[in-house]
Amino acid sequence: MTEALLTLSGVHTHIGEYHILQGVDLVVPRCGLAVLLGRNGAGKTTTLRTIMGLWQASAGRIEFNGRDITTMKTPDIAQAGIAYVPESMAVFGGLTVRENLYLAARNGPMDEQRLEWIFNFFPALKKFWHYPAGNLSGGQKQMVAIARAIIEPRELLLIDEPTKGLAPAIIDNLAEAIRQLKGSTTVLLVEQNFNFVRKLGDTVAVMDDGHIVHSGAMADLASDRALQERLLGLALDSHQ
Amino acid sequence: MSTTTLPAIPKDYAPLLLVPALMLAVLPLIGSASTWTTLTVAGLAMGMMIFIMSSGLTLVFGLMDVLNFGHGAFVSVGAFAATLVLAPMKGWLEAESLAMNLGALGLAVLMAMAVTALLGWAFERVVIMPVYGQHLKQILITMGGMIVVEQLIDVIWGAEQVPLPLPAALRGAILLGDSAIEKYRLLAVAVGLLVFVGLFLILNRSKLGLLIRAGVENGEMVEALGYRIRRLFVAVFAAGSALAGLGGVMWGLYKETLTASMGGEVMVMIFITVIIGGLGSVGGCFIGALLMALTANYAGFLAPKLALVSHIVLMLAVLLWRPAGLMRK
Repeated sequence: MTEALLTLSGVHTHIGEYHILQGVDLVVPRCGLAVLLGRNGAGKTTTLRTIMGLWQASAGRIEFNGRDITTMKTPDIAQAGIAYVPESMAVFGGLTVRENLYLAARNGPMDEQRLEWIFNFFPALKKFWHYPAGNLSGGQKQMVAIARAIIEPRELLLIDEPTKGLAPAIIDNLAEAIRQLKGSTTVLLVEQNFNFVRKLGDTVAVMDDGHIVHSGAMADLASDRALQERLLGLALDSHQ
Repeated sequence: MSTTTLPAIPKDYAPLLLVPALMLAVLPLIGSASTWTTLTVAGLAMGMMIFIMSSGLTLVFGLMDVLNFGHGAFVSVGAFAATLVLAPMKGWLEAESLAMNLGALGLAVLMAMAVTALLGWAFERVVIMPVYGQHLKQILITMGGMIVVEQLIDVIWGAEQVPLPLPAALRGAILLGDSAIEKYRLLAVAVGLLVFVGLFLILNRSKLGLLIRAGVENGEMVEALGYRIRRLFVAVFAAGSALAGLGGVMWGLYKETLTASMGGEVMVMIFITVIIGGLGSVGGCFIGALLMALTANYAGFLAPKLALVSHIVLMLAVLLWRPAGLMRK
């Protein structure tokens, strides 16, 4: 069995008076791509934000690489090797594409070879290198956000709904880039678009109402129509 | 491969042209070139001093979203802290040597900036930290903080005005054609330009500056990249306070007397400058300060009664044109 890189055990998160995560148990195996599926409001984004320490877990334990990170501060979690691409992309619009990536390269100057490797995924970034990131299209901003997360090697990459609001042609490119990425880093990908992730994911977990209601191999879910309908219901149909 | 050309990056030159446009527009109204030169240099000098005092406040608001109504306290403390160095170095100040005068001033400025940076650090820890994200409480508690600091100054230095004479070599004026230009105002212009260029280079050419600009946009994402933004906040607050301290020394020397309330008295000008420039924008703050001081000077000469309201009229005009200020995105 593949070793776990990230483990959430009975994680609860409260935001104000709302009890969002209600005992999440999730295992992300080292290497490959784990997918977290679920409808709007199921708690997927909260799960990623709790892992990053942007919201503190009120109970439970989060273990990364054998180390308890439950109460660690966000910068320490990032320095431990987790990169985060939020749903909003959160590119720094007043900074150029180069400056966005330069800032993300914490450990010194950007590695030219790695940069070329990133340009292979996202050629548009080279074209818009000295362009303010705020002026880019949604798809290009998504490329900046992902490139920023991988400008230095990280052990785990958290990506939150990268296809949201993007045109179908861009989604295909993004899928290809993520497919190549998973060869070099572990990815935990949050999505609602099942068609986007069914061929990308190695493992899958499905969330509902703050719980994990299913976890297993993506191939099993992808080949079982009845299971898809039971777990994802109308949300799945609307994406097909 | 696509051959489409990149869309042009929109540039906003209009605010940059305001200061030279104002200077040129009033020349025919004033009539005399020498009077215009005197008024303009005086306006630029005052503008630079206002900029130095305001720049820290706009940085603190931009990065930390803190409305610090106690910023004036650092202006007062800076000026009074300088006297700790200037009093024992009276001989250097009275000497006719410009080098000795500037040496004493330089040490006084270092003392003022060190004391205000330290006070800023303590102020952030004790006064600001409990009220992050609560603007109304920030206004009340920082105003309270300023009153406490002013009272402490009275306790330490006494309630009387403290004289702060200009160094010997900086007194008087130099003649530029028919225009008399006060020497100290030239120094103020030089220091203001130095501060502006320094801030511009730090914010635009260094990783620290990038972090500050990124932190202004999205502090949470900066943390998710692995940087401790809290430390950056505290450092920026201390630096902003130190700039106010420097401004206090410059302003005190310009007025040649110090009072505990001098910082509170300039707060209205500081706030108008920061609002005109656009909250959080150092470039906007620079242009706003120059516009405000030049407008006051020109109005004082052309229509003295209008000078009383020139700051407000200018702010109104700018906000009607750009409701978020000159440079606020």
